Amino acid sequence: MSVPLTLLGLLEREPCHGYDLKRDYDAYFSRDKPLPFGQVYATLKRLARDGMVSGGDAEPGSGPDRRRYAITETGSREFREWLSRPIEPVPHLQTILFSKVVLALMLGRPAQAFLDAQRSAHVQRMRELTEVKRTAGLMDALLADHGMFHLEADLRWIDVTSARLNALAEMVRAT
Amino acid sequence: MTSLNPVAASRAAQAEAALMAAKDLHHSFGQTVALAGATLSVTGGEILAIMGPSGSGKSTLLHCMAGIFRPDSGEVWFDGQRIDTLGDNERTELRRTKFGFVFQFGQLVPELTVADNIALPLLLNRTRRKAAYGGAGDWLPRLGLDNLGARRTGELSGGQAQRVALARALVAQPKVLFADEPTGSLDTLTGEMVMDLLVSLAREEGTTVVLVTHDPRVAAYADREVLVRDGQIIDYTDDRAADVSAAADRAADVSAEADR
Repeated sequence: MSVPLTLLGLLEREPCHGYDLKRDYDAYFSRDKPLPFGQVYATLKRLARDGMVSGGDAEPGSGPDRRRYAITETGSREFREWLSRPIEPVPHLQTILFSKVVLALMLGRPAQAFLDAQRSAHVQRMRELTEVKRTAGLMDALLADHGMFHLEADLRWIDVTSARLNALAEMVRAT
Repeated sequence: MTSLNPVAASRAAQAEAALMAAKDLHHSFGQTVALAGATLSVTGGEILAIMGPSGSGKSTLLHCMAGIFRPDSGEVWFDGQRIDTLGDNERTELRRTKFGFVFQFGQLVPELTVADNIALPLLLNRTRRKAAYGGAGDWLPRLGLDNLGARRTGELSGGQAQRVALARALVAQPKVLFADEPTGSLDTLTGEMVMDLLVSLAREEGTTVVLVTHDPRVAAYADREVLVRDGQIIDYTDDRAADVSAAADRAADVSAEADR
């Protein structure tokens, strides 16, 4: 899970304080392990150094949590590119994909298109592994099978999420 | 999404050269809409998987393409001929001579032997008895059923029965094989053996395959996969979209469009 890119996604909605970012990050993407404040500010500092966010002016009563951060054009481009690029089809990508879906819905982007692109990447990988199974020896075939069962689990999650996208969108927009 | 898809135009051109094409199919069962503008083309020799959740319309699509149902509206083309407007007799003839079918189960006559079941389509096509049984006999070794020709199909295991069904579907050398959940009643390994055989035989015979399945492992045997969603076709894995970057570009295009 990429903390910098997720923070960029949250900033893509509107400029906000470090505290708001942490609160939203914990609510959506890190339910069991809150993001430490230190990491939020260290990440924002790095993003600012790389020209992805602008630090804005400190508001009265200065302190790190009084600074409003905004995404820059460079940051926005970086985030969009990440969002629309399917993840390499390896097992256990649910949390990244989940984050992408939630961020896409939050920002009114076509989450279904991202899920379809990911589905396409998965199906293509399964086709390659099927070819391995048809042509390779037992050892490689069994290894390919292991990969395929995990990809299949991802695909089932993609399908279930596709079917419940409207409900998720309502929930994300309501909060 | 289709109108934004840069692939759509060339795909439409490709449809002209297709062996089979469904154009803007609509079909309802009472109040239930099964197909709502489904458009799809299949190239000769291609193995195409149609996926989708239960009730998405994928089986209805297959039935319309195979001339079993007549769609409420839209067109179905096969080998340069429009087939949805044909009369019942002509469609029956077409199904018998040009199409083969494999379903989940229930397609074999359990009281007849393996050889009888395989020879049946040839006998229905007025092939002489000796030639029909000769043709059926040729299939047994290809299916690994060498010694089972005289066995009644009611006594076969599920995997054996599906292999016989496969031979029966292919014995009359159809142009298109329609398979609706052909491994649906089999366990994973047996199902894979049947799919492996189906794909190998189809390639040897040059048969085009239209395969309906909800199982991604079965779909992975196909050259291409489309998804039926709400009675329409989502085609994201033709040869251009199959590579990840093309799919990403399309997603990005849609995203950019949404931003405007």
